Amino acid sequence: MATTATTHAGRHDSPTHASGEHVLLADEELIKGNLSFHDITELVSYHSEKKTPLGWYLAFSAALLGLMTLGLALAYQVWNGVGVWGNNIPVGWGWPIVNFVWWVGIGHAGTLISAILFLFRQRWRTSINRAAEAMTLFAVACALIFPTFHVGRVWVIYYTLPIPNQMLMWPQFKSPLLWDVFAVSIYGTVSLLFWYVGLLPDLGTLRDRAVAQGRTLRAKIMGFFSLGWTGSNRHWRHYEKAYLILAGLATPLVLSVHSVVSFDFAVSIVPGWHTTIFPPYFVAGAIFSGFAMVQTLMIVARKVYNLENIITLDHLEKMNVIILVTGTIVGFAYITEFFIAWYSGVTYEQFAFQNRAFGPYAWAYWIMMSCNLIFPQLFWLKKMRRSIAVMFVISITTNIGMWFERFVIVTSSLHRDYLPSSWDYFSPTLFDVLTYIGSFGLFFTLFLLFLRFVPMVAIAEVKGVTPQADPHFYHTHGDGHGHRAAGDTPVAVPQVAYRTAASEQDNEV
Amino acid sequence: MALPAFIDNALRSRADKNVGLLAEFSNPGDLYEAVEEVRRAGYTQIDTFSPFPIHGMDHAMGLRPSKLGYIVIVAGLTGCFLAFLMQWWMGAVDYPIAISGKPFFAVEPSVPIAFELTVLFAALGSVGGMLALNSLPKPYNPLFYSERFQRATDDGFFLQIAANDQKFDRAGAVGMLRDLGALGVEYVDHDGAYDLGDDGEIVTPTPAVPPPPPTTPAI
Repeated sequence: MATTATTHAGRHDSPTHASGEHVLLADEELIKGNLSFHDITELVSYHSEKKTPLGWYLAFSAALLGLMTLGLALAYQVWNGVGVWGNNIPVGWGWPIVNFVWWVGIGHAGTLISAILFLFRQRWRTSINRAAEAMTLFAVACALIFPTFHVGRVWVIYYTLPIPNQMLMWPQFKSPLLWDVFAVSIYGTVSLLFWYVGLLPDLGTLRDRAVAQGRTLRAKIMGFFSLGWTGSNRHWRHYEKAYLILAGLATPLVLSVHSVVSFDFAVSIVPGWHTTIFPPYFVAGAIFSGFAMVQTLMIVARKVYNLENIITLDHLEKMNVIILVTGTIVGFAYITEFFIAWYSGVTYEQFAFQNRAFGPYAWAYWIMMSCNLIFPQLFWLKKMRRSIAVMFVISITTNIGMWFERFVIVTSSLHRDYLPSSWDYFSPTLFDVLTYIGSFGLFFTLFLLFLRFVPMVAIAEVKGVTPQADPHFYHTHGDGHGHRAAGDTPVAVPQVAYRTAASEQDNEV
Repeated sequence: MALPAFIDNALRSRADKNVGLLAEFSNPGDLYEAVEEVRRAGYTQIDTFSPFPIHGMDHAMGLRPSKLGYIVIVAGLTGCFLAFLMQWWMGAVDYPIAISGKPFFAVEPSVPIAFELTVLFAALGSVGGMLALNSLPKPYNPLFYSERFQRATDDGFFLQIAANDQKFDRAGAVGMLRDLGALGVEYVDHDGAYDLGDDGEIVTPTPAVPPPPPTTPAI
């Protein structure tokens, strides 16, 4: 069952590899360092219990500075109007939409990891899903800022919701922009639910530790949020079902969200936007950029927080494979668009694409092409997939490339419309840049708070994928349930520090 | 902090099934076998506590699959129905607006929002249903008196036999749990957690409240 996840990448560091044996140790490989259950608890919980390190304060100050930039940039925009941004006819959709689509896309990786990989029984996801889901929530928060303020009169943003208002009018349900309001806000809500349900057992862990440490206030706060979780099997039964159902719901949801985002473009009749390939191509791009963002964050976090045994090189390698696959799908979509533009025989469509690759925005187009299609091809080489430096650089270039993809789609399709007299070249303003930088401030502020106060790895789930979590690990029944490889192959058996009846008595003396 | 009597009583009666014997085992395998034995001995009001869900434990405990799915499908269909109703009533009845000569209401453009609301209602139903079926939030639980039980969310594996089990016989059950390899057996009720002697009688009441001194400095 779990073997599919580990057949390829999982076993290469195993002791059997040296002898050339192809014995599948499957589950043993997910978590390294022979960690016992208690070690896992300790390793993860410690970071939310220790004294706040100086480095965190420094990083948080920088993030807070970004957040203040965002606040000021938005205040200026609200006071003066949307004109402070560079979008103007013919390019009525500028950076705000680019940034919105980019941030929403980044969010998608979290749901993919937590929901889709869960349904596919990819058990390696447990090490990264918590942080990836947190990233989803924060990315969606950043994304929502842009359309909210782009409407111009942010104080009446509730017109987009079906709430009775002074005009006695309702939203226009035939517009993809309204579908977007529903899709993105529901996506945010469901992601939050999913994340919180996943957190329940770990909040219980933190609560019990706070009680043992005598930290009453902390125990009360954790007690409140853990809802009285005890780890009862009668509870786990409903809990696991709820988790499975949420995963099943989040899977079509995440695919629908970026499809709906792409409808904003595809349902219009603008050449370069009006294409049926948009929904799947946007979804692939979203996953691509999201995995890159997870990669960027995890490479740093696992180092800083000493989680290299839990978020292993194998995990990073698997994510690189997904980056390679989705990057290639996206690149394939770029090429398909060109083919269809030519094959359709529509002059406007053909012009739009020629203009895209060789017109005034060719520089942006080729940045996009190299970052999204060409650079990830390095990951065909195992050595590159397992090199931290290479994957860190590619994870960054991927998100640069994906930002430019949205920029190219929005700008190059609009800046030369049907009347050459209205052609123009779009340039952003200072406030475009400040708002974008500020959105990073918001993202990192939230992410740093998450790293500080919430267990950043799903403790209960990681324990669940260790081999010693299986009751059959302890007693070989000879019924094929035993996890250890047959024969006298040298097998890495975790040295689990269990308390035995004898050691228990020692403690009591 | 004293709660009003009626809240106190309500909390207690909600947590009554957690009154009983609590035995700790060293690993999931021992716990699994102990559950099988205890069930063979005829106990039905049992529960296990573990830091993660143990594969096959539902089967060992004789639990039927969760009924949560029924709640979710009802919630999801409600969301779908309400979404269509809303779009039809708002767009075609209460304030119809002609846009590009399109019909005031049609199924096709209503699908995305209907889908999203289906998912929203189903997700809320699944989380709300899970909490309701588990009777969470449950701020009071007599198990929290047991200091040993703090490990249930770390690396402890516990089996509980409720005192309201028809076959409950404390002395017999304690002996059986010890024979099954329990690291320790306690009796938990609404007043505290107690260690038990060989005959199943309470020996030393462990103090319920005072925790050990802090090991890490508070923030």
